[in-house]
Amino acid sequence: MVKGLLFIAVCGLLFVTGCVSRSETLYVQLGGQAKIDEVVKNFVREIEFNNEILPFFADTNIDRFTEKFAQQLCVFADGPCDYTGDSMEQVHGGMHITEAQFNLTVDLFITAMDKANVPHRLQNQLISRMTFTRKQMLYK
Amino acid sequence: MRCIKLVGIILLFVSSMAVAGDGKLIGTAGLNTIEGSGGGGIVPWATLSGYDTRDQISASAFITQVSLPDYRLNVIGANISLFDRAEFSVARQVFGLTSLGGEITQSIYGAKVRLYGDVIYSDWPQISIGLQYKDLEDTAVAQLLGSDDTKGTDFYVAATKVHLGVVAGYNLVWNVSGRLTKANQLGLLGFGGATNDDYELMLEASAGVLFSRHFAAGMEYRQKPDNLGVGEDDWIDVFITYIPSKRVNFTMAWADLGSIAGVPAQKGLYLSVGGQLW
Repeated sequence: MVKGLLFIAVCGLLFVTGCVSRSETLYVQLGGQAKIDEVVKNFVREIEFNNEILPFFADTNIDRFTEKFAQQLCVFADGPCDYTGDSMEQVHGGMHITEAQFNLTVDLFITAMDKANVPHRLQNQLISRMTFTRKQMLYK
Repeated sequence: MRCIKLVGIILLFVSSMAVAGDGKLIGTAGLNTIEGSGGGGIVPWATLSGYDTRDQISASAFITQVSLPDYRLNVIGANISLFDRAEFSVARQVFGLTSLGGEITQSIYGAKVRLYGDVIYSDWPQISIGLQYKDLEDTAVAQLLGSDDTKGTDFYVAATKVHLGVVAGYNLVWNVSGRLTKANQLGLLGFGGATNDDYELMLEASAGVLFSRHFAAGMEYRQKPDNLGVGEDDWIDVFITYIPSKRVNFTMAWADLGSIAGVPAQKGLYLSVGGQLW
């Protein structure tokens, strides 16, 4: 009983900690468009060196991908941008992306953020705004 | 011994099958509990023990030791996880009575099925149901304490969720499980007893924060029945886990297991090493 209450108290503390928020947008915290562009550039390089993921980009116009993905990240981070690219369903239709390939690409994206020195806590917040796109991409 | 051979055969069979898998994100396979099922340390989670995705299979193994003032629990176990859907586990527990002398051995065979969700990506928590069939080999102490049975089955349902970036930017993981059980101290002291011989619903829970992709810390709670009338206490632990890669994980915890078989204040160090074989 005492142990149960102790457990609940600790969880409550975590919850309270979670509610302490900052007013700056994630975009500003990340370091604006320059940092986003750096992440996208790193991400493209990670893909180039990954034999499993690179084939998905065989017919991709990399300049266009770079521009549109940067726009998308800017929007996810509440930055001053509009996304003008195609829908995720359009882009990934017919690719039959597996769960493992999707997660591998997430890993490449995390590496891209690591190499751009994006702090772990900001990485998590950015990824949390991207997870909803998974169901638009998997096994399509 | 027979069960170890069986596990060997299953592992050989599975290893000859298609794709071995490590397609999940690091950390999302969780750990192995002292009863063999994938989870935290003392609480089974909805997660399956391997890094397989829906196209993959995996196998993992672990050893765990809990050192208490009057007892020592050693566990060795293995799991296979199929297509991120089902998990089969076997664990062998040796409970050393270091003060009294002697030991109690128990085998636990587990199965778990993921019913819904993905611990990270789905809107609602990942949900799994499972069972643990427990076969107590050294029955003398259980009988001495008045337990009714030396074999038993636990049934549980678990819900687990990771929330990205919610604790000051860090990822939070929580799990809540409900377990129907008659087991006394995991079954090491038998099943049922003079005070109660019916299944009871026990609540178990875990919460943790992932401080990086490789470090997590948290707390677990496990409610316990007191069928023998010897003051069996709820369990609680605080843990830190280091996951350098999908291949291996290390966990250290401080566990307060309360009174065991009438001997109070059993608190001690929990150490566990687990790893994915393929």
